[in-house]
Amino acid sequence: MSTAPPGWRTDMLHIPCPHCGPRDEVEFRHAGTGVPLPEQSTDAEWARVLYQRESPLGPLTEQWVHVHGCRQWIHVVRDTRTHAILSTHPVSAPPPSAPSVDHAP
Amino acid sequence: MEQAFKNAPFLWRHPTPRSHYDIVVVGGGLHGLSTAYHLAREHGLTNVAVVERGWLGNGNAVRNTTIIRSNYLREESMPLYEFGLQRWERWPEELGPEILFDQRGLLTLTHSQAEASAARRVVFANRMAGIDAEWVERDDLPRLCPILDISDAPRYPVFGAALQPRGGIARHDAVMFHLARACDALGVELLQGCEVTGFLREGNRVTGVRTTRGDIGAGRVGLVGAGRTPLLARMAGIDVPVQSYPLQALVSDIHEPFLPCVALSGKLHMYVSQAHKGELVMGAARDPYRSYAQRGSSHILEQQLQAALELYPIMARAHLLRVWAGTVDVTPDAAPILGATPRDGLFINCGWGTGGFKATPGSGWVFAHALATGTPHPLAAPFGLERFTSGALIDEHGAAGVAH
Repeated sequence: MSTAPPGWRTDMLHIPCPHCGPRDEVEFRHAGTGVPLPEQSTDAEWARVLYQRESPLGPLTEQWVHVHGCRQWIHVVRDTRTHAILSTHPVSAPPPSAPSVDHAP
Repeated sequence: MEQAFKNAPFLWRHPTPRSHYDIVVVGGGLHGLSTAYHLAREHGLTNVAVVERGWLGNGNAVRNTTIIRSNYLREESMPLYEFGLQRWERWPEELGPEILFDQRGLLTLTHSQAEASAARRVVFANRMAGIDAEWVERDDLPRLCPILDISDAPRYPVFGAALQPRGGIARHDAVMFHLARACDALGVELLQGCEVTGFLREGNRVTGVRTTRGDIGAGRVGLVGAGRTPLLARMAGIDVPVQSYPLQALVSDIHEPFLPCVALSGKLHMYVSQAHKGELVMGAARDPYRSYAQRGSSHILEQQLQAALELYPIMARAHLLRVWAGTVDVTPDAAPILGATPRDGLFINCGWGTGGFKATPGSGWVFAHALATGTPHPLAAPFGLERFTSGALIDEHGAAGVAH
């Protein structure tokens, strides 16, 4: 399930940056998963916005920042069971199920 | 796997699940076992089952770094963790001396004036709460930890340290085995290979669990799912603000005793003790990404080992034997979640994150109280799920130690 090219290390994530190509995890900063900000909300809805982040078993769309590369935010779809990177996307073209990044975690 | 459970009747029974229990505890880790143990011992409730998806002793219960302390900061946290430590002081008598509970003292190293000020604040808060705590100047540290490099040579020289003399370690696998045997002897049924796949419901009331070994009815259900909590909460249709991350630990080969205390460095994300058998047991920072893979990335381990060698140059002679990762359940405020849920009959105990082992005796005691009486134990009352809506968070990011 590794996305690493032959000869690359397999002991950390390998993230194919949509701008720079495949790079080691250490070039990136993990930036969590955002949620859309509501216009108005009750206390319970606001608690969800602030604190509720999905931790699914399987594909998860998250954001990373390529801090030691192009310095762009990107979307990464990663399987939480295997660490396989299923797809990566520029921040301007989120995958279909991706949450909004209006709210940086 | 079924056959393996039957082959070990000298450990505990391998019962066929009953159709109904007074209380079902979901999760056979130390918090779950401790809950069942105190339900039986303190509340006389023995029609109790612990359901475990794997086998007892397959997870974080026997793969943590065994550190025990109560030097937290907040007025809500200190009594809960101190109660846990006082229960630890009773456990060798209750469970057996083989658990090797050893109050060898615990140092929290600081590396700057600012960190030292924060650490002193914790020391003073602890003393006001009746918890043993001392500040140790740098020059006094060799008396407690002779192998620590207190010179200016390390990249982050040691500035001074907070000491909890009653802090220490225990032998985690013995704790797990003795706790499980105590539960079994008290009549609790330990149901292994029994994965929860859903909840039985009548309206808003949870009336039991669906499992891979059939439906099991329950008067009350306690979720003690640790890293699997997000998945169980989703099955129950409730919001629980917990995320699951890998946390890695490391063990060296065996050496003569040379590290007499437990030593943590929050700044460098490294903590180490020497097990009674002689291995160095070390912990690293948690990985930044959510995962159930039970493995992490190697650069986290490299950082940890760099810090180890900077602080303890003698450790360069040790060899790394094995590395593993557990799945830890992290909350937004680095404090656990204990108490009722929006579903009637469903209670939750989770969010111990990167440091749950120390709390297991107290956690089980207060959670057993909630399951037996339906009301929170006074020590656990501030830790309810409702704090995320009310805003009364218990920010333990500082004193929760490493990398929560």
